[in-house]
Amino acid sequence: MMSKIVKTIAGISFPFITIYGLYVIAHGHLTPGGGFQGGAIVASGLILLLVAYGTDWIIEKIKESHLSILESLGALGFIGVAFLGLIFGGMFFTNFIAGTSMLFGGIPTSTAANINTGGTLPLMNFAVGLKVIAGLFAIVLVMAYAISKEEGE
Amino acid sequence: MNILDILLQQSPALIVATPLLGAFLTPLIGKLGYNVRNIFIIIILAVTAFLVFLLASDVFSGNIHTYVFGGTTSTVLSNTVIRILFEVDGLSIFMAIITVILSLAAVIYSWAFMREETGQDKYYTLLLLMTTGMFGMVLTGDLFNFFVFLEITSIASCALIAFWTHKAKAVEAAFNYMVISTIGALFVLLSIAFLYGKYDALNIAKLASRITPVSFSFIDKLSLILLLAALTMKAGIAPMHMWLPDAYGRAPASISIILVGATQASLYGVFRICFTLYGNVIQIPEVSLGWIMVILGLITMLIGVFMAMIQIDFKKLIAYGALAELGYMFLGVGTGLTILSNPQLSLASNSFALQAMKGGIFHIINDALDVGLLFLVAGAVYYATKESSLNNLGGIARNMKYTTVFFLIGLLAVSGIPPMNGFASKLLIYESVYQLNPILAIIAILASIMLLAIMVKVFYSAFLGPKIDRFQDIREAPKSMLIAMGILASLIIFFGLFPDLIVNTLVEPAVKAITHPTSYILWLTGGV
Repeated sequence: MMSKIVKTIAGISFPFITIYGLYVIAHGHLTPGGGFQGGAIVASGLILLLVAYGTDWIIEKIKESHLSILESLGALGFIGVAFLGLIFGGMFFTNFIAGTSMLFGGIPTSTAANINTGGTLPLMNFAVGLKVIAGLFAIVLVMAYAISKEEGE
Repeated sequence: MNILDILLQQSPALIVATPLLGAFLTPLIGKLGYNVRNIFIIIILAVTAFLVFLLASDVFSGNIHTYVFGGTTSTVLSNTVIRILFEVDGLSIFMAIITVILSLAAVIYSWAFMREETGQDKYYTLLLLMTTGMFGMVLTGDLFNFFVFLEITSIASCALIAFWTHKAKAVEAAFNYMVISTIGALFVLLSIAFLYGKYDALNIAKLASRITPVSFSFIDKLSLILLLAALTMKAGIAPMHMWLPDAYGRAPASISIILVGATQASLYGVFRICFTLYGNVIQIPEVSLGWIMVILGLITMLIGVFMAMIQIDFKKLIAYGALAELGYMFLGVGTGLTILSNPQLSLASNSFALQAMKGGIFHIINDALDVGLLFLVAGAVYYATKESSLNNLGGIARNMKYTTVFFLIGLLAVSGIPPMNGFASKLLIYESVYQLNPILAIIAILASIMLLAIMVKVFYSAFLGPKIDRFQDIREAPKSMLIAMGILASLIIFFGLFPDLIVNTLVEPAVKAITHPTSYILWLTGGV
C-alpha cells in the first residue's frame, strides 16, 4: 500500500500506458514493436497498479487461474490462425487474408504506413499480446503474492 | 485427393502442430477433470504417432519429404531460399519414431505416477511442449529453426527437471542444465550467425551446397567446432557430461525417459551437421572428426561405467549407465565417419563403415528403449517404496514381480545379452570397430561386461535378498505404469528377436540418409 499521491498518479497514468501498449500491439506489422513488446507495456501498467494499490486489492479483482486461462487463449489464438491458414490457404501458417477484402487484407501501395495491411500478422500479434499481458502479469502477481504472504507471517 | 494423401502432405507440419495445440489446450481441458485431460493427452499423442508412422511409410519408400510453411509456392527464388522449410529424410523420421514412442510411454506412465502431484496441468503442458521441440529439431530443414526448437526443448525440460521443487537437488540439477543449455544455445546461435554472414542462407540444404572445398575457410572451421561443442554438450558426451546424471537422476522418472529422447535429438544435430551440413567437405582433414568422435565415445563409455559403479542412488546409477550407452553410438558413427572421410581407403572398407554406422544408429533406438525401461522401473520402485538409495532397498521382488521381470529385461538389454535388442546393435558395433582398431572393440566389450556386472549388483541389492520389514506391505506398481513398461519391454524383445527386420526397415534408410548427403542437398533445388 502506497500513499494517496502514488495511487492517484498511478490511476491517472494507467489508461495512457494501456493505450500506448495497445497501440504498439496494433501497429506491430508497421512499426517497431509488436505483440510481445506491446504486451509487456500493458503488463507494466497493470504492475504499476499492483505496486500502488497492494497485492490484496488486486487479488480480490483478478485470480491467477483466470490469467492462465487468458494466457492459454492467447496461445490458442496464435496456433488457431496458423491452422486456419492450413484450412483456407492449403499450408500451415499461410497468410490467407492478405490480398482479400477482409480486415487487414489490403496490400500496401505506397511507402506510407497503412494499418489495413498485413493479413494474418496483426491477428497473430493480438494473440501474442494477449498471452504476454496475461503471462507476465501472472508471474509478477504470484511473486508479489508470495512476498506479501511471507511478510505477513 | 483422399484424406490420407492430404494428411501425408501436411504431416510434417501437423506432427509439430498437434502436440503444440495439445499443450495450449491442456490448461483448459484440465478444468474438466483428471481422466478427461489424461485421455485427451494420450489421444493427442496417438494422433501424432499415427502421423509419424504415415510419414515414415512414405519416407522409407525412398522419398525425402519437404514442407513449406506459409505458402505453396516454390521456395527457391533467384537462388535464395525464402520461408521456413521442413525436410524429412530417413534419419529425421527415425528420430521422430523414437520421440513418439518415448513420449507415449511417458504419458501413459504418468497417469498413475503423477496422480498425487499438484500442478499437473503445467506438467503436461510442458511435457507436450518438450515433445514439440524434439519433433521440430529432428524434422526441420532450417538451421535457425533448429535453434528455436532446441531452445523450446531446453526450457521445457529445465522446468520439468525441477518439477519436484521441494527437493533442493532437483532444483540444483535444473539450474545446472539451464546454464549448460544456455551456453550451448548461444554457441549454436553464434555459429549460425557466422554461417549466415558468410553464405547468406539459413536453409541446411542450401548452406550445405554452398560450403564447398573451395569456399572452406577459418569461419567454417570455427562454426563447425562451435556447433559440435554445443551439441555434444547437450547430448551429454564426456567431458561435458556433468549435467546429465544429475538431470536424469533428479527428474521424475517419466521425465527422465523423455530427456533420453531430448539428448538424442541433440545427437541427431551432431550427425546432421557432420554428415549433411559439411557433407561436401567431409574429406578435408580439419572436418573429418571421426577419430575425435571415436575417442570421445570411448571416454564417455568408460566414465559412464566407472561412475556407475560407485553410485548408490538407483536413478543416478542408471543415468551413468545411459551415459555409457551414448558412448557406443558415438563410437559406431565415429568409426563410420573416420572411414568415409578417408579417400585413400578401398571400397571394401566402406562396407564395414556402413556396418558401424548401422550399429551406431540402431543403438540410438535400442538405448532409448533399454534405458527408458530401466528409468521407468526405477520410478516404479520409488513409487512403491519411496526409497531411492540402493543401500536401503532389498527383497522387493517378493511384492513386485512384474516390475522385477521388466528390470531383468532391461538389464539384459542394456548390457547387450542376447536375445535382447542391445545385443544386435552392440554386435554390429564390435564387429566393425574391430576392423578399424581391435583395441577399440576390446574396450567397448569390456565396458559392456562392466555394465552387466553393475546391473546385476543392482538387481541383487534392490530386488533380491532377505525380507525387509519396511517393505513388507508394498504393492505392485499401478496398471498404467505396468502398461508403459510393458510396451517398452515388448519392443525390446521384438527388436531383439528380429534385428534384421528392424535394421532393414528403420535403420538402413537412416544410414543411407546421412551417408548420401547429396540427395538431401539436391532435393531442394532438383526435386520440389
